[in-house]
Amino acid sequence: MTYLYSIGEYFIMLKGVFGRMTKGSVLRNLIFKEINELIMGSMGIVSFLSFFIGAVVAIQTALNLNNPLIPKSLVAFAARQSIILEFAPTFISIIMAGKVGSFITSSIGSMRVTEQIDALEVMGINSKNYLIFPKIMAMLTYPFVIAISMFLGIAGAYTAAVFGGFVTSDQFLTGLQDDFIGFHLVYAFIKTILFAFILATVPSYHGYFMKGGALEVGEASTTSFVWTSVVLIITNYVITQLLLS
Amino acid sequence: MIQVKNLHKGFNGQEVLKGIDYQFERGKTNLIIGQSGSGKSVFLKCMLGLFKPDQGAIEYDGKPYSNFSDEEQRELRTEIGMLFQGGALFDSMTVEENVMFPLRMFTNQKRGEMRDRVHEVLKRVNLEGNDTKMPSEISGGMQKRVAIARAIVNKPKYLFCDEPNSGLDPQTATIIDNLIQQLTHENEITTVVITHDMNSVLEIGERIAFLKDGLLAWKGTKEDIFHTQDKTVTDFVYSSNLFKKVREAQLKGH
Repeated sequence: MTYLYSIGEYFIMLKGVFGRMTKGSVLRNLIFKEINELIMGSMGIVSFLSFFIGAVVAIQTALNLNNPLIPKSLVAFAARQSIILEFAPTFISIIMAGKVGSFITSSIGSMRVTEQIDALEVMGINSKNYLIFPKIMAMLTYPFVIAISMFLGIAGAYTAAVFGGFVTSDQFLTGLQDDFIGFHLVYAFIKTILFAFILATVPSYHGYFMKGGALEVGEASTTSFVWTSVVLIITNYVITQLLLS
Repeated sequence: MIQVKNLHKGFNGQEVLKGIDYQFERGKTNLIIGQSGSGKSVFLKCMLGLFKPDQGAIEYDGKPYSNFSDEEQRELRTEIGMLFQGGALFDSMTVEENVMFPLRMFTNQKRGEMRDRVHEVLKRVNLEGNDTKMPSEISGGMQKRVAIARAIVNKPKYLFCDEPNSGLDPQTATIIDNLIQQLTHENEITTVVITHDMNSVLEIGERIAFLKDGLLAWKGTKEDIFHTQDKTVTDFVYSSNLFKKVREAQLKGH
């Protein structure tokens, strides 16, 4: 029953988010601020992880290809498929649930604890719109992060596979282009947009409706990470089933 | 003027406010006092529209809040200034941005005009030269004064203060009390202050409502409170030794 209540509360919150709008000029500044904090602030860790995970995927694939009948170009093919289909959109989103999600929950939760949200409401401001809508808008730029993650993942795979002596550059580039299906990219970006919405709203829900003090802000951040990850994984399964099977 | 009629409010089957009738007068500091758990904060939140009353009415200048359309409610809220117990300053904004916030949200003034108004109110609360500081860089008393500046910057008709002196030293508390009273008189604001600080009662208690167990147990002025024989009030008020001594001195004619 508690879960049903929370799900209902989440959708009522969403209705409020798209309810009475905050003044345009104020909203515009807030969106740019959120893009800076949520998106630009995550580029470092996303780039770092993408490059090295791409490299590891390439090395592990190369080390497991012992059969001489299997072409070496398969290393690049396997790296491309795993990076585009799962690693960049899903794995990076789980990382973002920890980084961006916790930040969103703790910042909104702190505002709840220190009565800043009450202050907004007393002033006649739709606090859900003021706080959550700019985050959703900022997260619409999330596909760019994932595109960069895909590029760096493949760059990492190339670096490890070619400079590690597993394949030649030509073999890698051939494998990279083998059986490329454009729809896989479409699938990956549809997932990414849905994940962006989840990353902005589920942590916001946990922050907005938290009760208590500083300790509870920490607890809410942890709970938020767990639930955001769960929702991401379930959504990933449903979307994959719908679009690829 | 704010008129409260037969106000009831409960949570999970437990009644917190049990039928309060009271009138908050314009241009006066109206104090609500009472023990912790007596329903003061719930009373305030009902008046602010953060809680919906179970029964009864709250009238702003003769018009019941429940009859207000959404647009009228929003308009009314722009006429309300609120000083929260902890200040509730936006910690991602500077002092100037905090005070300017209501102007940015509800007026179409140019930035220069807004800045002039912000500096005017910051000067009024003796905080000139602190515009660029963050809330975390100023003291608790200064934060309260910034919060007062933010509450009055849009020239409100109603000012609500939730325990404005909590956590402040006596000297700063007196400054805050006097500031609230002066602003109330200067701007003819209907001010409602929740407190259990007896010094505030002495300083600014022009009209006092004493709540006990969700009921209005007593009402009067700071002069009346010295002479009342009502035991519920005297038990609360004279739990403070200072207040006991002040009363003895008054009765002796000093």
